[in-house]
Amino acid sequence: MSVTSGVAGNGKKTAKRVDPVDAGVRWLDDRLGLAKGGRVFLDKIFPDHWSFLLGEIALYSFVILIATGVFLSLYYNPSAAEVVYHGAYVPLRGVKMSVAYASSVDLSFAVRSGLVIRQMHHWAADVFIGSIAVHMCRIFFTGAYRKPRELNWIIGVTLLTLAIVNGFLGYSLPDDLVSGTGIRLAFSFMLSIPLVGSYLGFFVFGGNYPGNGDILPRFFIMHVLLLPLIILGLITVHLGLLVRQKHTQFPGHGRTEHNVVGSPMYPTFIAKTTGFLFMVSGALWALGGLAQVNPIWQFGPYEPYKISYAVQPDWYMGWLDGALRIMPSWEFVGFGHTIPFEVFLPTILFPGITFTLFYVWPFIEAKLTGDRAEHNLLDRPRDKPRRTAFGAGALAFYFTLFCASSTDVLANFFQISLNSVLWFFRFSVVIIPIVVALVTYQMCLELSGVAGAGKRKRANVVTRSAEGEYDITKTEQRPGDGPSELAPTPVPTFIELGEEPEPVGAADGSGIRRIARRI
Amino acid sequence: MSVEQTTSSNEPAPVAAFDDPHLQPYAKNPRRAELVIGLCLFAGLLGFAAYGATYWVGGQTQLEGVFFGVGLFGFGFGLSAWGKYLLPQGPFSEERHTFASSEAEVEAMSSAVTQRGTMMFRRRGFLGGLLGAGAAVMGVVLAFPLLRSLGPQPGKSLDTTDWKSGMRLVDVNGRPLHASDLEVGGSLTVFPEGFVGSAVDQTMLLRAASADIVTRPGRETWGPQGYLAYSKLCTHAGCPVGLYQELTQQLLCPCHQSLFDVLQGGQQVFGPAPRPLPQLPLEIDSQGWIRAQRGFSEPVGPGFWERS
Repeated sequence: MSVTSGVAGNGKKTAKRVDPVDAGVRWLDDRLGLAKGGRVFLDKIFPDHWSFLLGEIALYSFVILIATGVFLSLYYNPSAAEVVYHGAYVPLRGVKMSVAYASSVDLSFAVRSGLVIRQMHHWAADVFIGSIAVHMCRIFFTGAYRKPRELNWIIGVTLLTLAIVNGFLGYSLPDDLVSGTGIRLAFSFMLSIPLVGSYLGFFVFGGNYPGNGDILPRFFIMHVLLLPLIILGLITVHLGLLVRQKHTQFPGHGRTEHNVVGSPMYPTFIAKTTGFLFMVSGALWALGGLAQVNPIWQFGPYEPYKISYAVQPDWYMGWLDGALRIMPSWEFVGFGHTIPFEVFLPTILFPGITFTLFYVWPFIEAKLTGDRAEHNLLDRPRDKPRRTAFGAGALAFYFTLFCASSTDVLANFFQISLNSVLWFFRFSVVIIPIVVALVTYQMCLELSGVAGAGKRKRANVVTRSAEGEYDITKTEQRPGDGPSELAPTPVPTFIELGEEPEPVGAADGSGIRRIARRI
Repeated sequence: MSVEQTTSSNEPAPVAAFDDPHLQPYAKNPRRAELVIGLCLFAGLLGFAAYGATYWVGGQTQLEGVFFGVGLFGFGFGLSAWGKYLLPQGPFSEERHTFASSEAEVEAMSSAVTQRGTMMFRRRGFLGGLLGAGAAVMGVVLAFPLLRSLGPQPGKSLDTTDWKSGMRLVDVNGRPLHASDLEVGGSLTVFPEGFVGSAVDQTMLLRAASADIVTRPGRETWGPQGYLAYSKLCTHAGCPVGLYQELTQQLLCPCHQSLFDVLQGGQQVFGPAPRPLPQLPLEIDSQGWIRAQRGFSEPVGPGFWERS
């Protein structure tokens, strides 16, 4: 196909009749000059690898959080005023409770689809933070945070922190017995901070706990306005930097430090990712309808003097609760002051150190390895045994703490003394990460010594010739075995739309090496 | 497709042939892919419609979840499969360039920042200082409305409760408690009369024996007729210490499993709590009402900086 005839054909089309899309593009371009940049955007290449979906799960859960959250805010009332319940949920009728709790119960039972959407919101929060955490692991273990992407790593860590805080604020709002206990604990955590703790607690709560009913409206406005706005802004910057710096990619056929290989934004990626948005929403909607989460009507309204057995926060708080449980009672008293280290250390200092370490990690690694070059190709975790071992050890550490947040349930379930469980965790929180790190390190070394690790094995066909010579050939690669062997090309701007060609593999010898197998 | 030839901005871009292998769908059998995608989208349509019907007839949580979930999943699989099997898979590539600008550009930018800045402040150190001082004052006074307005100063309020000398103990309904109200082994949450439901005043009243109990030297009169009262706020993180285990005479905090021995003055015996539970001295008046001899002698609840 020659260049001139293509352009002539294209020009003829627009001359004949006004194409509305073409007219729209021209109208916008006359005013905003979008044609060139817009096309570059449509041509943006997205690498095809499953691990790139993790961040998308986080993004789409956030979309669901906003949508369901707006719905909930139409019915929820953060007032702490006391009412006697006469609503839709019969077992609670006649019980004194806050307006906040009553409205939470009623939006679950009196509003059609309300319960599905409330549970969907809760599930979406759990999935949001979970997918951020797993996405972060992907970034960590493949070294995607290295230069030039340190800024996006920092924004990502901030997003994780804000997501956890907003999750806590959110599940505090229904004012049921469990969430009220969580707010009480938050006040104690603030109190534990030396010098300013009691002032901080009194300012946030509007007085000594439980305050004058100020706390729920304050948490509410932070949960629905302040933090979502910051999160939304940071997500925008996160994605903006991603477009500006382009995706990282795993090494492979035709992929270099100086290109990105994959599917174009339009139409392939748009179709796939919109489908994925629907799938994430579908999973969350199904969870919201089928999997009960946070049944606040069973816990009853919060009273400061009431408590329930096996009180546990949402999963993303588990590591802090576990740290709080296994921390020895090291209160410092002296010079007329008290520093409650048994609370201050696990709930304030520990997460502070954790997130600081996350923030500075890319710079620590650059310092330790002396590697300050730009990296666009990802590492295989096995090729970086020290980083992978450190990361695995850290994950084991936080997971052990997470498990430690269920000491009472474990003791009950296995019928062993709480004392043994506690001491088990105090030791294992040190031992398990070290063991995991050492094992991971050794596994990385072993794996990197194996040729073709992680690839599907292909059978060797041994043939004997008439002369008696043996010959070994590998069987042909099967579809999906590896990246296509075509050389990557830029996305074409003009396509000559003619007859629909034969599907791939149907015609032989077309230069396409994908094998069609009929079984 | 002629990809190697580079096109300048004036030259029209090359035209790709439709049978270019990069533009071909991945599916070996596009008809079957179309069928599957069609079925997925149709299932999605049915799911949405079924949700609408469920809502219309009154709603049912599980069915709503299933139907709308099926609707979304059907659309999701349909669209993703469309993208994966019927749209061009490439591989396509995009070039990338290093971000760093040329040395001259970087130098120009950096000197633009420093030199214009220097121009602004040169020989105007006084104005610059004034600007800095004003901004600092603004920052400090902004903390007044943004922080100080939020709540009162703590003062001594963390050190005290509403328990006063001679106050009667009342239960959660405000009913005063009589010496005959609890059997041995019984326990109850109590408040000072007039402060029912108060978070800081909540106290565990329990009857550990029928005779007077001395839990510590110096507390000879605090446990008349076996009645003992301890602050219900855990000294660890402030949860209500709600579980009275009569067999071992211990109070358990269900939040982080601190254990307190009620016969030893609320001494912590297990868990992260750093201090014993404060004990409320009790007395029983001539008519049998249980009263507080006086308030708690130390701050209740978790530790804080000002606590001595």
